[in-house]
Amino acid sequence: MARPEEHDAIVVGAGHNGLVAACYLARTGLKVLVLERNAYIGGAAVSRRLYRDFTYSNCSYVCSLLRPEIIRALELPRFGLQIIPYEGGCTLMGNGDHLAIYENHDALRREIARHSKRDAEAYERYSRDVMRQCKFIKPLLMRTPPDPASFRPRDIRELLFLARRFHGLGEERMYDTLRFWTMSAADFLDEYFESEIVKAHFAGSSIIGTALGPRSPGSAYVLLHHYMGDIDDTVGAWGFARGGMGAVSNALGASLQASGGSIRSSAAVARILVRGGRAGGVVLADGEQIAAPLVISNLDVRRTFLETMSAEDLPDEFLRQVRNFKIRGSSGKLNIALDGLPRFPAIPAGAPCSRGDMHVTDTLEMMERAYDDWKEGRWSRAPYIDMLIPSQLDPTMAPDGKHYMSVFVQYCPYALADGAWTDAKRRQFGDTVIETIARHSPNFKDLILHAEIRTPWDIENEVGLTEGNIFQGELTMDQLLFNRPIPGYAQYRTPVRGVYLCGSSTHPGGGVMGAPGANAARTVLEDLGRAH
Amino acid sequence: MAAADAGGGFDCIVIGGGHNGLVCATLLARGGRSVALFEANDLLGGAAATREFAAGFRVSACAHLLHSMPAALQRELRLQSYGFATAATGMASTALVADGAALAIGAADLAAADAAAYARYDARMRRLAAALAPMLSRAPPRLGTRRWSELAPLLELGWRVRRLGARDMRELLRIAGMNVYDLLEENFESAALKGALALDAVLGANLGPRSPGSVLTLLHRLAGECAAGAAGLTQPLGGMGGLCDALARAARAAGVTIRTSSPVARIEVEADRASGVVLEGGERIAAGAVISSADPKTTFLHLLGARHLDAGFVRRVTHFRSRGLAAKLHLALDRAPQFTGLIPGREAGRLLIAPSLQYIERAYNHAKYGEYSQAPVMEITVPTINDPGLAPAGGHVLSAIVQYAPYSLKGGWELQRGGFADLAIDTIARYAPGLRRSIVASELLSPPDLEREFRISGGHWHHGDMALDQFWMVRPVPGAAQYRTPLDGLFLCGAGCHPGGGVVGAAGRNAARQVLQQAA
Repeated sequence: MARPEEHDAIVVGAGHNGLVAACYLARTGLKVLVLERNAYIGGAAVSRRLYRDFTYSNCSYVCSLLRPEIIRALELPRFGLQIIPYEGGCTLMGNGDHLAIYENHDALRREIARHSKRDAEAYERYSRDVMRQCKFIKPLLMRTPPDPASFRPRDIRELLFLARRFHGLGEERMYDTLRFWTMSAADFLDEYFESEIVKAHFAGSSIIGTALGPRSPGSAYVLLHHYMGDIDDTVGAWGFARGGMGAVSNALGASLQASGGSIRSSAAVARILVRGGRAGGVVLADGEQIAAPLVISNLDVRRTFLETMSAEDLPDEFLRQVRNFKIRGSSGKLNIALDGLPRFPAIPAGAPCSRGDMHVTDTLEMMERAYDDWKEGRWSRAPYIDMLIPSQLDPTMAPDGKHYMSVFVQYCPYALADGAWTDAKRRQFGDTVIETIARHSPNFKDLILHAEIRTPWDIENEVGLTEGNIFQGELTMDQLLFNRPIPGYAQYRTPVRGVYLCGSSTHPGGGVMGAPGANAARTVLEDLGRAH
Repeated sequence: MAAADAGGGFDCIVIGGGHNGLVCATLLARGGRSVALFEANDLLGGAAATREFAAGFRVSACAHLLHSMPAALQRELRLQSYGFATAATGMASTALVADGAALAIGAADLAAADAAAYARYDARMRRLAAALAPMLSRAPPRLGTRRWSELAPLLELGWRVRRLGARDMRELLRIAGMNVYDLLEENFESAALKGALALDAVLGANLGPRSPGSVLTLLHRLAGECAAGAAGLTQPLGGMGGLCDALARAARAAGVTIRTSSPVARIEVEADRASGVVLEGGERIAAGAVISSADPKTTFLHLLGARHLDAGFVRRVTHFRSRGLAAKLHLALDRAPQFTGLIPGREAGRLLIAPSLQYIERAYNHAKYGEYSQAPVMEITVPTINDPGLAPAGGHVLSAIVQYAPYSLKGGWELQRGGFADLAIDTIARYAPGLRRSIVASELLSPPDLEREFRISGGHWHHGDMALDQFWMVRPVPGAAQYRTPLDGLFLCGAGCHPGGGVVGAAGRNAARQVLQQAA
């Protein structure tokens, strides 16, 4: 039964972007209700207790990209968000050696020089060039992409802004930027480095969450996407959220409630209502109707339009484009409770380089072959692994003396060539990963108390991300900027007035960044005539 | 031979007598310049030559079909009046299918759903390509300049893209960076159709169908076809050498001094500008401008020398990716090959072995790791069907581009050339049983062979990968993308420049214009 409109806006899904959007709206005095399907908020930014007193960041695991302007504007530290920076990082090699990453510049140089003197020199050039690209892109994250096919003054203004910024780079840098956006990570790294392990280490972030290999053109941009947090001058670098990634969502939730917004969990939205060609509210799975003139969907673009809206409310051409939006599951995740700290003989116990992200790979070729497996519909036989033991720096994650390990795995397909995922296949996938790690840590297997194994299929079912894609859509050139998610609909608005998108399907894409949520809220407020 | 100055030198020297060099030389001479052209081989044509590979059997040694030479350029050169003739035009493409009927591309034997989709897809792709086509015959723009003339091509492209209308413009901006695998999956059902259409995107490219950017290479080819006009896929009479003979006649008629068997050893520099060339024999020839149709690495690193260039530019040239992945197979046959499932007459066209997207992608997988494809993809022609003069009476020639065959093959080509040739022949024989019994002689040119024979660094058909980051205003490298180079008086006119390889001639023509403008 419909009640009188007591909400100005409904946000569908309490992922971090939904919460960010809700916070910004609530702060202007709008009455905002966030509806979450699960019993807990956070979407893919959650802390779960799935085994005794261990806390798992069981989806996203690193807090690096969250925009500092959002942290400040929503006063997240006041609401309990605390970020503990990594102390280093490393890549473990098959031959027992490793490449360590240090915060200290000279130490890092010495370590790279251990593998190649020339690469230590090249690293200066590399980090300068990457940072330059980051500086160019960073301001674009919090802006609405212009529609190049439009003649509206706003779009033309924004295009000119981009053109001027681009022009400001100077001729040489403009060409570098053009090339950077279009090349493969492998080609990009080949232009700097000779050592396989150095290239493999830096290429890691070009494939995380992505159905591309390091040799796929466009993967250099993905590499950058993960760097975006790196140069952040306030919070700084990559880090863990104290208490797990759920701490981000909880801080956002608290900030929202302090601004007068409300959240209902265990309230799955079945349908977004359209009345007279505009948003009318939502219907929950249990049939309850909630009216509101604005509906902002944090669900990915496919889920929003194909599963929660009726085809008759949307143009055919638009629906065709939605179906063509690429959302591919390519990543798996293991969350492991450990009885103690595993030993990695390659690196000294407790070394700073073990107190950050540890990768397992040797060469670009290994990573590319891992991708070839995915293309054939099987998980990588020698997967790329990005693992962390947050409990080393955050004692709240595991009981005394015990540890929680997050293991991100690339590649793992959503659909297997030989039929559906089964428990047995999931276990085999887990074993592949555990064996890969065990080759670098002799006591690792003996320490395992519990392991949660998550395939893209599991992530889809639990979190609601289509195919378990962590970015709500591939970060390929055809799906970035004004193409994200649909050309002509890249400005958070949809064909239905009053319905907006605020998830990672929109510009600037995924990672726990919050920018899509903030941008969407700004668009909503503009449409309400409440621009800041 | 003693060093000698050939009578005060020339206004322009063109290095290399491939089709681009010949086009460039002809247009310079017609523009009133005195021009000399030096070709290293005894035969003109470079990689667009026809030569004997077995007694009495002749074949286009590298490229075997003409599809992108702009009609306007052919008219401008008056090729017909210099004896250019075609053996076949409007050649059809057919996808070979193992154990089944071959699929004629674009014809009625597509299943109903695909036939409708194909008509829509083809029309749209050609609309988009038509908007890009004029850019092939313009020098790419320069960024960061305030000179109107250098920015004009950028504005023109913007205007042409806008004129497509919002729908097509958005589609172009979406698919330009996309992979051809996804594009074809969005449109079609038939595996054979998707495979055949994808082949044109990856032919001669260091890309698989799943590589982003492969739609751009396809659009680039379609833009070329659009500029080439109504003739469509064309087989020159006498092979590709027939075209180059006509180009050479045009050059001579325009007054170009052509010298074959005259490899250039280096480009001379005086007072910070190119002043001429020195031949391998030691002969020195002065010129006001030197225009090189050699590939960028050969031109800058070998003929000129890094010491004349700044370090940043040299680094860019070194990073220009130019390792070829396409091999060429030539078979001399004592009878016409019999392909199964082929509609009669179709064997005169282009036959494609690319039965599915997965097949091509798997073939590409090997190339990434320095292996040749275990199941290669191919573009096959039997030129003697349209042009019997290429073989002794009753005999036939089969000419195939075979991919992927990486330049840097693990274990080297010397030991593996034979194995790959056998594999390629077996692959064709799957569609043409009995082929082996009809083989009189065979030749496989791997990329290192092409490098040796045609002096193309890396043996790359396009002188360098056609890829988004080596396209248009960054081709071959920033600072040399407008045919001018950092060294005054030195120009590029080869396939390493915009708009790239294939027998197009646009690079030669665009370069000639730059030289003429510069001096004017």
